[in-house]
Amino acid sequence: MNEQLTSTKLTAADFATDQEVRWCPGCGDYAILKAVRTVLAEVGARRENTVFVSGIGCSSRFPYYIDTYGFHTIHGRAPAVATGMLLANPDLDVWIVTGDGDGLSIGGNHLLHILRRNLNCQILLFNNETYGLTKGQYSPTSHLATRSPSSPGGSIDNPVDPSSFALGCGARFVARGVDTQVKQLTEVLKAAYHHKGAAFVEIFQNCIVFNEDVFDGFTAKANLAEHQLQVEPGKPLVYGTDGSRGLVFDPAALGLRAAELSEDSANDVLVHDPGNYNLATALARMTNPEFPMATGVLYDDPGPVYTVQGAQSDAAARTDRTLKDAMRSGFSWKVDRKS
Amino acid sequence: MNVVEGTKPPEGSTVETVVVRFAGDSGDGIQVIGSQLGLASAMAENDLGTFPEYPSEVRAPVGTTYGVSAYQVHFGGRPIKTIGDEADMLVALNPAALKTNLDILKKGGTILVDSGTFTQRNFEKAGYSASPLEDGTLDGYRILAPDISKLTLESVADIGLNRKASLRCKNFWALGLVYWMYGRDRQPTIAWLEHKFAGNKDVATANIAALNAGHAYGETVEATALEVARITPEPGTYNFVTGYEALAWGLAAAAELSGRRLVFSSYPITPASPLLHTLARLSDIGVTTFQAEDEIAAICAAIGVSFAGGLGVTSSSGPGIALKQEAMSLAVSAELPLIIVNTQRAGPSTGMPTKTEQSDLNQALYGRHGESPLAVLAAGSPAECFEMAIEAARIALTYMTPVILLSDGFVANSSSPWILPDIDQLPRIDVANHAEPESFNPYDRDPETLARTWAVPGTPGCEHRIGGIEKDFATGHISYEPDNHQKMTDVRADKIAGIAKSIPRLEPDQGPAEGDLAVVGWGSTYGPISRAVTNLRARNYSVSHIHLHHLRPFAANQGNLLAAFRRILVPEMNTGQLAALLRAEGCTNVEALNKMTGRPFQVAEIEEAILSRLEPGDE
Repeated sequence: MNEQLTSTKLTAADFATDQEVRWCPGCGDYAILKAVRTVLAEVGARRENTVFVSGIGCSSRFPYYIDTYGFHTIHGRAPAVATGMLLANPDLDVWIVTGDGDGLSIGGNHLLHILRRNLNCQILLFNNETYGLTKGQYSPTSHLATRSPSSPGGSIDNPVDPSSFALGCGARFVARGVDTQVKQLTEVLKAAYHHKGAAFVEIFQNCIVFNEDVFDGFTAKANLAEHQLQVEPGKPLVYGTDGSRGLVFDPAALGLRAAELSEDSANDVLVHDPGNYNLATALARMTNPEFPMATGVLYDDPGPVYTVQGAQSDAAARTDRTLKDAMRSGFSWKVDRKS
Repeated sequence: MNVVEGTKPPEGSTVETVVVRFAGDSGDGIQVIGSQLGLASAMAENDLGTFPEYPSEVRAPVGTTYGVSAYQVHFGGRPIKTIGDEADMLVALNPAALKTNLDILKKGGTILVDSGTFTQRNFEKAGYSASPLEDGTLDGYRILAPDISKLTLESVADIGLNRKASLRCKNFWALGLVYWMYGRDRQPTIAWLEHKFAGNKDVATANIAALNAGHAYGETVEATALEVARITPEPGTYNFVTGYEALAWGLAAAAELSGRRLVFSSYPITPASPLLHTLARLSDIGVTTFQAEDEIAAICAAIGVSFAGGLGVTSSSGPGIALKQEAMSLAVSAELPLIIVNTQRAGPSTGMPTKTEQSDLNQALYGRHGESPLAVLAAGSPAECFEMAIEAARIALTYMTPVILLSDGFVANSSSPWILPDIDQLPRIDVANHAEPESFNPYDRDPETLARTWAVPGTPGCEHRIGGIEKDFATGHISYEPDNHQKMTDVRADKIAGIAKSIPRLEPDQGPAEGDLAVVGWGSTYGPISRAVTNLRARNYSVSHIHLHHLRPFAANQGNLLAAFRRILVPEMNTGQLAALLRAEGCTNVEALNKMTGRPFQVAEIEEAILSRLEPGDE
């Protein structure tokens, strides 16, 4: 629809607003904000055609800091509001920003349905395994025994894995990024932008106040090589210092096995195929430290995008019938003026 | 057993109005013959009103009392405003239908039963110990008890349908006899059957044969045929519409009048779902419907529609509306247009989903958090459903506000003939999108309406961020300033109060604008109040009827109008919610008349309440 009026390419700075960013100094959100602005500039996003929609939580402040259209809605409901925007105008470029509590606790139902319907949008779930804005209660992604104000003896709820959840809901694009790994995060966000349909990106985000270094096991510099596997399409699934370890198929378990590679076993290492749902599911289910944490684009297999019934642009569905005709359907009759 | 004589009206007499109630098993095709009698009556120059009553169970066991489906038709030679307090005739296609509907038949009324279904087994299912035809249960009624099952099988024997399919035609046999008794022309129904079963000619032929056989039976046994008075209908194109059809068309018309895309976002719930079904069939004319995952998603998607520049509408019934409350307050804070339709049902909780009530007025007025004023409208008839849908859109778009439109199970499902309005002649709802980037601010207000500026995504230079956090009055940015919150609270309230300036002056529906007694109602009590007041005014009683469409804000002159009456009677299908609101507005002479049975008021109940409040001198 809206043709770009100027050919001037926007820069990341052009996507900044005049609002003071109010996250805690050192919060991982800053890095994500920077990456998103960079990606918007690099993909040539048009400000007037872009909408950022969020729910409630630290991450949901995001729209105030991006100079596009933005709607900071209510807790958990951003996917539903975004759905409405796309029903009214399927040409909009809609980004949903949510968190682990917003997206998987109070809003879990909406996240399920926007993914299975496959509306054309990007969903960024900032996972910090805590409720930051309400001062540090454990969240649906908090690992077992997380001590927090609401779980002083340690949490007893099994956590949900956001990427596995998304795959289970029928998402056709599932990726992971890390706030501090800007280069990879930028590439992941670009891939999400270009994917037609709902693109789900889980971003490990460090909450320095309530849950500092909770992801250190696979994101700290010292652990990165041994405990994180940055997947890339067509590349072998190897990790470890000098690529000494890799993922092989374990027929007995019908799953993956982390193996020390030798010259003999090097050929058995699996190659990443983002179109393979079973592989994506297995990668998402890997838990550290038994396995490396998989990051990057785990799954990218475009499927039919939700189309809007009755949409003006959906010419095939339109007929010559008018509302007047519709109102004459059924038991309609005419009474003439009596002479 | 054929015809049992009872009190028999004189041959050839003319009656002004007739109420026929059909009842039978949910598989007997009661709804279809009920609506056919409606159509035939409209063709016979009668005004009419109809109302279906379905069992809650999807397919209850055959012959049980809880599987009975009913349909009441009130027709005649004067404006018909209700479905009738009592039935003149009851058609009961099995003992359970007789058992559950006999209380609606007037004393001395006519009963048509299918004696073929009057078996011991069916008596037991219905809770009769013996045949009600023989044990005195029906003393004082006029009874027609042909073996409709057998006569139907005989009438369609030549067509070659199997026994089960042949028996299915017995509803049309019964209808044929009813047509004979009230002088209805069979032709519209024959044409309808030929059209409906165009792909299955034998079924059409069989039903027509049954209809004709029932009609001929009336002639043969000399059942009384009554002349029903006629009206002189206004010229125009009519349709026989339910409240939900008229409401759906009103929403679609509002979209055309405003040039906006209608997106209707809803979650299935009784009795609101027919609105979703009706709109879903309008996708070819540009209506978008969305069946959301839950009530909350339904309203949130509608809010998203409005943010993006469409006309967002959501709909539900009481319990579902409760789930939408948080999001309503978001729409209040974000100041976005939104229509929320509440087709009320009997509550609380699951209550009686298929029964009607007006008990969500308080929820509409107050059911939100914080100070969240919005506009509330109510529709009391199919015609009003159309008008109020457009009015809701006008207010929502002009004032950038959510609007709640109250309907109820009775209004939604009842139907009447309605002259189709000419959409081209209706006033347009011209609300332009803001597109001027120069010094744009999303919370700039129209000084007249106090509506904020509406710039929609896709508009270059008007990018902005809004949300549920309090906004600065001047800039629209986030603000926690104490004085600003006071100012924003006030302006949101003033905006809604200011809608009153655009509401037509309130005039009595009937009667003088001052006097001893005004009956004040809203929503679906319109019909019975109107009929009661008409009847009593015809007997020279001085009483007025005032019907409210706007429940927040009220019409600007409402207070003065009500103050001109010595007493105010407010009949409501709740425990006195409007009455309490009127008292809170300073109207001290309000008396409530309340009914909570899941059924509409009877005219007689309201007449009695009026009469008990009038002095002898008022006549």
